[in-house]
Amino acid sequence: MLSKEETQHIAKLARLGLSEEEIGKYQKDLSDILGYIDKLKEVDIEGVAPFTHSIEVSNVLRPDAKTERTKEELEKLRSQMPQTKDGYLKVRSIFEAQAD
Amino acid sequence: MESINELTDLTIKEAHEGLAAKNFSAIELADAHLSRAEKANEGIFAFLNIAREYALAQAKAIDQKIKDGKDLPLLAGIPMAIKDNIMVDGMECTSASKILENYIAPYDATVIKKLKERGAVILGKTNMDEFAMGSSTETSAFGATRNPRDLERVPGGSSGGSAAAVAARQCVAALGSDTGGSIRQPACFCGVAGLKPTYGAVSRYGCAAYASSLDQIGPLAKNVEDIQTVFEAIRGADPMDGTAVDFQLKPEKKQKYRVGVPKEYFIKGIDPQIEAAIRAKLDEYQRLGNEVVEISLPHAEYALACYYIIATSEASANLAKFDGIRYGHSAQKAKNINDIYLESRGQGFGPEVRRRVMLGTYVLSAGYYDAYYVRAQKVRTLIKQDFDKAFLEVDAIVAPVSPTLPFKIGENINDPLTMYLQDIFTISINLAGVPSLAVPCGKIGDLPAGLQIIGKHFDEATIFEIGKQMQR
Repeated sequence: MLSKEETQHIAKLARLGLSEEEIGKYQKDLSDILGYIDKLKEVDIEGVAPFTHSIEVSNVLRPDAKTERTKEELEKLRSQMPQTKDGYLKVRSIFEAQAD
Repeated sequence: MESINELTDLTIKEAHEGLAAKNFSAIELADAHLSRAEKANEGIFAFLNIAREYALAQAKAIDQKIKDGKDLPLLAGIPMAIKDNIMVDGMECTSASKILENYIAPYDATVIKKLKERGAVILGKTNMDEFAMGSSTETSAFGATRNPRDLERVPGGSSGGSAAAVAARQCVAALGSDTGGSIRQPACFCGVAGLKPTYGAVSRYGCAAYASSLDQIGPLAKNVEDIQTVFEAIRGADPMDGTAVDFQLKPEKKQKYRVGVPKEYFIKGIDPQIEAAIRAKLDEYQRLGNEVVEISLPHAEYALACYYIIATSEASANLAKFDGIRYGHSAQKAKNINDIYLESRGQGFGPEVRRRVMLGTYVLSAGYYDAYYVRAQKVRTLIKQDFDKAFLEVDAIVAPVSPTLPFKIGENINDPLTMYLQDIFTISINLAGVPSLAVPCGKIGDLPAGLQIIGKHFDEATIFEIGKQMQR
């Protein structure tokens, strides 16, 4: 069983703001699912390589060149931004002012 | 002009012939489907967005082409519905999530570009489980879709809107996406056909990523011939998706096929009526001169546990981009940047998405990575090897799609594990990357039963041939 503190820690790592009630619910749900997942411990994986690709893949290369975007294409992207200033994405400051 | 009912009964091939012979126009064809979709949407809710003007403008252009006597590709004028995690330039694209509620797609997904080049008419965007996470279309932030065969029941998921739209004849064909069964299970629940292509057969560019090593876009349609037509149109290499490749479909057809039936798929938990329907279909197939043999996929029972580690790990990384900063729902009242992340994501993601992001975050976190993620990837190797070995003996594998008939709305939504067990027969196919075609196989009462035909990597041709025989 996951503890409440562990559940809160996971929510913090996942950047999910959850209520106390939600933490309690996910603590139970995740514990149930992890209990089921424990089934994998039955499998003998000695000497087995971890999976990488289901099909054969090779490197896909392209010329290292700049791709041009039209004004309209850029405007479509900008119009989705929550806040802009002078055509740039505006973001809240990431450092807090230091109190003296 | 034929009556509206007849127009919405047509397959792609029939509609194409009707358009070419000028029996009806592309506008009439689009309008018949749009009217049906609009009329039924309150009850079934297959569509999140019906784009009438947009569709009619496309249809008008096709009518002009017909009038000018230009070449008419098979898909020209064919009304199609698109799952709402696939971008259509200028249309809302929400993945049925509040976090993308007002998001307008800034470009076409590669599959949409290909459909448009062939003249397909896009009617709108279909409902789905939020970010394709679910097996019933009940986790949509905008309300559940109902099964057109029985409105009390779910249409399956996550591509439930697309399956319901095809079944209710609101479109001729549709696109969905399949990460663990999300095309095949709703196709089965709604009594239509659906294909999860080989991993790498179809570009995923422009489709909201859930679990990138498992996701594939594929078609849902009335029959296997139509599935093949749409698949041929959308597949192929794409500079924007390094995993998408070109390949030749095997041209030769066999006189008879050797089909394997995995013994691990017919054990406890499967509805005996579904098993009986599939066995009856296999007997019939054998009487046509084909061979049916029992095979073993010994690691089948571990697929679900393996999937929930791998899929949620990938989801927690893929969904990290929804940060409330660049686009989508943004908690602007939050006091600092960290609170913008926490509140935008806490408010924007629904309960199932949060559950899977939490699980993925946990299994990837320090100290647990080897115990969960690496172990799951090793089990995944064994699951794929099971298929490799089986395909040395058989041309294709036939299995159930879902262990149950369509269940009632609300029946499983509060019990995640029971809901996850819905995908027990579909998930190992995504883990192994092989293609699988779901086709209806009779009815139990009024509810459709279905089976899936699983093929070798890039051997869609064989499962289409077998599917065409089995759908009869």
